Amino acid sequence: MHALIEQLLIGLSIGATYALIALGYTMVYGVLRLINFAHGDVYMVGAVVGYYIAGQLIGHMPPWLVLVAVFLGAVVACCILGYLIELLAYRPLRNRPRLVLLITAIGVSLLLENLCQLPFIFGPTPRSYPPEVREAFGRYFAPVTLGLSLVLMTLLTWMVMKTKTGLALRAVSFRFDAAQLMGINTNRIISLTFMFGSGLAAVAGVLDAMRYDVRPLMGVMPGLKAFIAAVLGGIGNIPGALVGGLLIGIIETLLRGVILPPAYTSYTDAAAFVILIVILLVKPSGLLGRATQEKV
Amino acid sequence: MRLIHAAALTLILCAAGMGCKKNATAASSTGDIVIGEFASMTGGTAAFGTSSHDGLLLAIEQANNAGGVLGRKIKLVTADDRSDVNEAVTAVQKLINSDGAVAIIGEVASKRSLAGGAICQRYKVPMLSPASTNPAVTVEDGKVKPWVFRICFTDDFQGSADGKFAADKGWKRIAVLTDVDEDYSKGLSKFFKLAFASHGEIVADESYRNSDRDFQSQLTRIAEKHPDAIYIPGYYTELKLIATQAASIGLKVPLFGGDGWDSPETVASDATQGDFYSDHYSGDDPSPRVQDFIKTFDARFGEKPGAMAVLGYDAGKVIIDAIQRGGKADPASIRDALATTRDFPGVSGSITIDADHNARKSLVMLEIKDHAAHLVKTYTPDEVEK
Repeated sequence: MHALIEQLLIGLSIGATYALIALGYTMVYGVLRLINFAHGDVYMVGAVVGYYIAGQLIGHMPPWLVLVAVFLGAVVACCILGYLIELLAYRPLRNRPRLVLLITAIGVSLLLENLCQLPFIFGPTPRSYPPEVREAFGRYFAPVTLGLSLVLMTLLTWMVMKTKTGLALRAVSFRFDAAQLMGINTNRIISLTFMFGSGLAAVAGVLDAMRYDVRPLMGVMPGLKAFIAAVLGGIGNIPGALVGGLLIGIIETLLRGVILPPAYTSYTDAAAFVILIVILLVKPSGLLGRATQEKV
Repeated sequence: MRLIHAAALTLILCAAGMGCKKNATAASSTGDIVIGEFASMTGGTAAFGTSSHDGLLLAIEQANNAGGVLGRKIKLVTADDRSDVNEAVTAVQKLINSDGAVAIIGEVASKRSLAGGAICQRYKVPMLSPASTNPAVTVEDGKVKPWVFRICFTDDFQGSADGKFAADKGWKRIAVLTDVDEDYSKGLSKFFKLAFASHGEIVADESYRNSDRDFQSQLTRIAEKHPDAIYIPGYYTELKLIATQAASIGLKVPLFGGDGWDSPETVASDATQGDFYSDHYSGDDPSPRVQDFIKTFDARFGEKPGAMAVLGYDAGKVIIDAIQRGGKADPASIRDALATTRDFPGVSGSITIDADHNARKSLVMLEIKDHAAHLVKTYTPDEVEK
């Protein structure tokens, strides 16, 4: 029993970072109907930026202050990156068929991954944050991760449901052209969506970098799993992303540590993709998503 | 139609270009002798590549300072494979086709040596691996690969020695954690389990993939079995994460593994203090051959050499010796000379290439203590095979 609870806690803390990334997928999908496949790489860039900030500041100020700077710096950098990606890669193609945007997203993803593998940017060798920063949360890492993602998600939900910007965001996601006719600056809303999503991904990136290490391809698997989490929760639905993320984290951990016999644990990653296929077959709108009729 | 013409023309030109270059090298008997090295200079196992490269570079510099070999200088061309098996294939092809290498040195990781070896077999260029220990690197399906050699021991020996070490320590319950994406790890794990079976019980047999970064699930399950120690036949990048996470979930038993642990990071980590690993060489060896090498290496690079640097150095020396003895800088003559290497005095021990193209050498078991690796015990092939 004790071991099962431990496995569940591990699952929750892994799931919390999936949830943070999934929020970005879901928000962008909500307003643009676009699966932004470069999102996992924005998470990686967050971790990389944090690495450089930590390296510069450590030794000059107390570790907790360095950690605050790392989080803030990574979030700001990724907000700018998210804004630029949308502005330069997606906006010029907004009125093209959806497939064009999707392929562009994959292109942006490859660009970021390969840029970060250049030696003068980061290089392919995994690197770790300084130990003082890595161990800043000590043994409370899992609760802190979980708490942080809950707080951020609550803030996001409040923003979407209670503020004027949130209202505009919902309007854009409900009906793009009608929102424009009502005087909403849709470009601004879309930029904001990308910035929020990227900022959350940066937080997830820094958390995972503290827990593991930093590598240019670190965004690939978490990106895919977070995408599955978003679909599981109901893509376009904000609480759905959190539920989906936590569920994927728990399912994955239970499979690896409890359900699958040891010889088969390496098939755990496949399980996430089986889940994706099953949801798409059985309940394409996801757990919390509403079924919508495609208007032709 | 025009597109097809263009494509065909490009293909023909490429083929012609490659042919020319290859002929040009094979015919050249003046100018520098080109030795190609493919190594993981960056990526997940960068410590292996950079370390073995330094050793190799030192061997070649020494040879060139002493007037070269056969009256010619040696030129080392290094291709980085970024710790990626596909890049390794491309790197070896480039070294042979565009750089005109007459011999190839590489890799440390067995998976990449297997891939690179296949290319060397196809182009009939000898390849010498400094440190790949998986048996299949030189012998696959009972057949010896004519063009592939190594100067280190193999995993049937290393796994058995690790098993013997666990028995010598009095450990009865061992958990194993294998990287199923690496031929090295799978091989070592298999031979360890065979060897340990008669001395105790394998209480957990867990696995991970080398893209994994979270090992807490497996470690939690291992902790439930209360093992005396955990055998981790993987590479240092994952090991570091595993050791840190084991400490964080309160799993305090010793960890031990093979030469894949060899890197400055492993020894420096707080999480691996009190752990053990088997390796090719120990800096504690008092013999002048070893101590002189450590001094020379330190003077050149400003640091103490690890086992990979020692093997890189020995690989360079063995290749130079083969070129010298063969009397010709062409692939076939180097191959024949390599196959007849006998009692070559390497820093990592005496090197004799056997019929399976392997070297029969002793292994050292090291303990990580006070952020340094200390010699615990030496295992010779004879005492392990008993």
